[in-house]
Amino acid sequence: METSPLAPDILFQLGPVPISRPVVTTWAIMAVLTAVSWLGLRRTSVHAGTLQTVLEIVVETLEKQICEIIRRDPWPYTPLLGTLFIFLVFANLSAVVPGMKPPTGHIETPAVLAAIVFLSAHYFGVRSRGLLEYARRYTKPNILLLPLNVLSEITRTFSLMVRLFGNIMSHELVIAIVVFLAGLLLPVPFMLLSILIGIIQAYIFTVLAAVFIGAAVGSVEAE
Amino acid sequence: MEYSLEILSIIGAVVAVSFGAIGPAFSEGRAIAAAMDAIARQPESAGVLSRTLFVGLAMIETMAIYCLVIALLLLYANPFVT
Repeated sequence: METSPLAPDILFQLGPVPISRPVVTTWAIMAVLTAVSWLGLRRTSVHAGTLQTVLEIVVETLEKQICEIIRRDPWPYTPLLGTLFIFLVFANLSAVVPGMKPPTGHIETPAVLAAIVFLSAHYFGVRSRGLLEYARRYTKPNILLLPLNVLSEITRTFSLMVRLFGNIMSHELVIAIVVFLAGLLLPVPFMLLSILIGIIQAYIFTVLAAVFIGAAVGSVEAE
Repeated sequence: MEYSLEILSIIGAVVAVSFGAIGPAFSEGRAIAAAMDAIARQPESAGVLSRTLFVGLAMIETMAIYCLVIALLLLYANPFVT
């Protein structure tokens, strides 16, 4: 409890650049995911091996879920949203490995992820509708609501960031307090709960990102 | 009373979290009860309902998390306490 959850957790200096613990964890997760994908897809074939089948099942499940949320062809959006979900699951569950801390428990990682969602929603929206048509979305249903629409755009990105950060960080804090209060066996149910919370938060983040992108590109029926 | 600002910050954090948790707790309970009701009536729509429920719960929960952020700012990043 001696360190603030808002302060950066510097591990070592790389020249003039301080490298914090979330950065190291993030790069480790990225390396693991890349290695697994490379191993699974190195020699792809129709009669797939075990790893390739598992990867195919994961991708197809993600694609089906995204298709149900966005209600249009999910393939342009599956790379972004699927990577977001898989990365978030690994990041939130990295607390299970002893000595690792979830990078989403510090404010920088959720901030960057929320910024990516914010920018990509605009990118997909402009690409699918055109700039003018997309900008006209903000003046609906009335031009008077323009400030409110812009405000909601900002606050929902902020709440996307704060929700992930707050949930993961507060659970870390709860586990720290429980460990501090009562030693050996009492923290175990809380750690089990943290696995559930990690997966649910990854799911919620991805679903909300999909909802934002789906709202930006608009439904097929509305056109 | 040289620590009055710190004491007030701690009290403020406690009040923010405790009272800020009441509203979201009630409304999450109501939302889940309504969703359970709907699933009991129409079990085949459980998939859509639970996805919408998760998104709605996340939206409601945001209010409680804002309070948590305010409390953390008061405790760790208070601009008025040097």
